[in-house]
Amino acid sequence: MNVVPNPDRMPPASGGGENLTEIRWHARGGQGAVTAAKMVAELALGQGKYFQAFPEYGPERSGAPIVAFTRVSDEPIQIYCGIEHPAIVVVLDASLIAATDVLKGAPDDAIVLVNSEMSPAQLREHYGLAGGRLFTIAATRIAMETIKRPIPNTPMVGALTRVTGLFPIEKVVEFLRYEFGKKFPPKVVEGNISAITRSYEEVQSE
Amino acid sequence: MAETHAGPIAVTGNEAVAEAMRQINPDVVCAYPITPQTEVVQLYAQMVADGAVDTEFVTVESEHSAMSAAIGAAAGGARTMTATSSQGFALMWELLYVAASYRLPIVMTTVNRALSGPINIHCDHSDTMGGRDSGWLQIYGENHQQAYDNCLQSVRIAEHMDVRTPVMHMYDGYVISGAIGPLVILQDEKVRDFIGPFKAINPMLDVEHPVTVGPFDGLHGWYFEHKVAQNRAMDRSFKVIQDVADEFAEITGRHYGLLEPYRLDDAEIAIVVIGSTAGTTRMVVDKLRARGVKAGMVRVRVFRPFPHEAYAKALEHVKVVGVMDRADSFGAQGGPLFLEIRAALYDSDPRPQVLPFVYGLGGRDIFPDNIEQAFAVLEETARSGKRATSERRYLNLRKD
Repeated sequence: MNVVPNPDRMPPASGGGENLTEIRWHARGGQGAVTAAKMVAELALGQGKYFQAFPEYGPERSGAPIVAFTRVSDEPIQIYCGIEHPAIVVVLDASLIAATDVLKGAPDDAIVLVNSEMSPAQLREHYGLAGGRLFTIAATRIAMETIKRPIPNTPMVGALTRVTGLFPIEKVVEFLRYEFGKKFPPKVVEGNISAITRSYEEVQSE
Repeated sequence: MAETHAGPIAVTGNEAVAEAMRQINPDVVCAYPITPQTEVVQLYAQMVADGAVDTEFVTVESEHSAMSAAIGAAAGGARTMTATSSQGFALMWELLYVAASYRLPIVMTTVNRALSGPINIHCDHSDTMGGRDSGWLQIYGENHQQAYDNCLQSVRIAEHMDVRTPVMHMYDGYVISGAIGPLVILQDEKVRDFIGPFKAINPMLDVEHPVTVGPFDGLHGWYFEHKVAQNRAMDRSFKVIQDVADEFAEITGRHYGLLEPYRLDDAEIAIVVIGSTAGTTRMVVDKLRARGVKAGMVRVRVFRPFPHEAYAKALEHVKVVGVMDRADSFGAQGGPLFLEIRAALYDSDPRPQVLPFVYGLGGRDIFPDNIEQAFAVLEETARSGKRATSERRYLNLRKD
C-alpha cells in the first residue's frame, strides 16, 4: 500500500497572500466561539478584507471542547483546511489548557489570548504553559457584568482587537451597533458594546 | 438577506445557494426537511414562509419521495428544484435515473458528504460520484461564489432545448457549506433576465394536449434508442454549458470553463482535483513554481458530461499527472476521476503517466503539505523517467 508519508512538521501555510492571519479558537460548546469566529470574519469584511470562518464540526454538546477557525487576509483566500499553525490562539475556557494542547503547531511568537481571572504569569504557573505571547482577560466576569450572561465571546473579541490590532476598536463598536442593532433591543446592544470596550481596556499582557 | 449588494457579503455556502434559489424563485421545491438534509432547504423554507418567493414548497417523508415529487412537478410543467446530501442522495438513487430519462430539467443542489458506514457526516465526494452514471449533468464548485454561480447557470443548462436533462451542482460539505466566506450576489432583476421564463415542454397539466409520461416500454419498445438519445444530449451539453458560462461572464466578469487549468502550459507535473481542495492545490502550485518546479493543475468543473478531449489536450504535454479522488471505487483500478483521466489520456502520444491519489474520505483534512507530498511523488517519477506503480497513493492516511 502506498501511504504518502506525512511530514512531522509542516511549513507555515499561505494561500491568502503575505498578510494572511490565521486564528484558532478553543472553547466549550455554548460559549459562542463559532459566533465569535464569524464576528471576526464579518469585521474583516467591513474593513474590505477577505475572510473565512468555520468550526471543526463535531458532536454539538454543551460543554464539549470545540475548535473553530478564522482566516483574514488582504487577498482572496483559497486555502481550505484546518489551521495547523495559528499566529493567534484564543481560548475561551482556560480549563481547556489542561485538557488539550491549545498551542499545538503555534509558532513561538503566537499571540495567545485566554479567558481567565489570572494574570499571564499566574496562568503560566498554574497550567505550566510555555510558549507564545500570553494575554489574559476576565471575559466571563465582564460578560456577567455587562451582558448579564456567562457567554465570553463578545468580550474576547474586544480583547482580541487590542492584542492583534486587526481592526480599530471604533470599527468594532460601529459594527456591533449596526449588526446587533438589527437583531437585539438597545439594552443588549449597549451591554455588548460595553463588554467589548471594557475587555479592550482590561486585557493583561506579560 | 438584503435585495441587492454592490460588494461582497459574508455567508455560508448553504446561504449562498439559498440566496440563488430565492432569486431563481422556482415554481416548486420538493425536499425532505430532516437530516441528512442541509441548511439550504431550511433557509428556503423560511423564505417561503416569509413570502419572499412564490414557490410551492412540498415537504415529503424521504429523499426518495422528494425526487419523486420533483419528477411529478417537473412533468406537470413546473420549474422545479431540490437539494440534498449524502445518505439523502443515496436514497434518491432509482429516481435519479427516472428524472434523467424523462428529460426533466430539474436542478438539484447536492452538498458533498460521505456515505455510511461507519456513520460519517463529513465531506467527501462519495455521494455524487455514485450518481455519475444516472444521466444527470454534474457540475462541481470550489467555493461560495461558485456554489452560487453554478446554481444559477444550472437552471439555464438544464432547460436548454439541446439538453433538457436534470443538472446537479455540488460543493464541499462543511468546508464550504458550513463555512463563512465572501459572496458577491447579482441584482434580482439581472438573475431574472439571465435565467429567463420557464418553458414547459409537453406539460402533463396542459389538459388540452394530453401526454403520457413514464409508461411501460416493453421488450420491443424504444428503451435502447431512448438511452442513446440521452447520451446525445450529453454530447450537445458541452457547448451549452460553455455558452451559458460565457453569457454569465458577460454580466458578472467571472469566467468559467468545462475545466479550469492553472499554470499548466509549461508544466511537467500536474494534479487534477475537484472541489475546495483545488484552492489549496493552487496555492501549493504557486509555492512550487516559486522554487522553480514546473507544477500545474486542473480543477474539474464539469464531471458529467466528462470533457475527455479537453483533458487530453490540456494534459498531453505533462510528464506525470496525479489525480486526486475524494471518493473511491472499491476494487477498481483507482477512484472515479482517476479512471476518467487515465482513459482520456490513453490516445496521447507520448502518453503521460497518470497516478492515483485518494484523500479526504469522511472529512479527513487535506493540508498543503499533503498536496506537496503528492507533487513530490510526481516530481520523483518524472525525474526517474521510469513508469511508477499505478497503485493508489493515500494522502494523510494514519499510520496505525
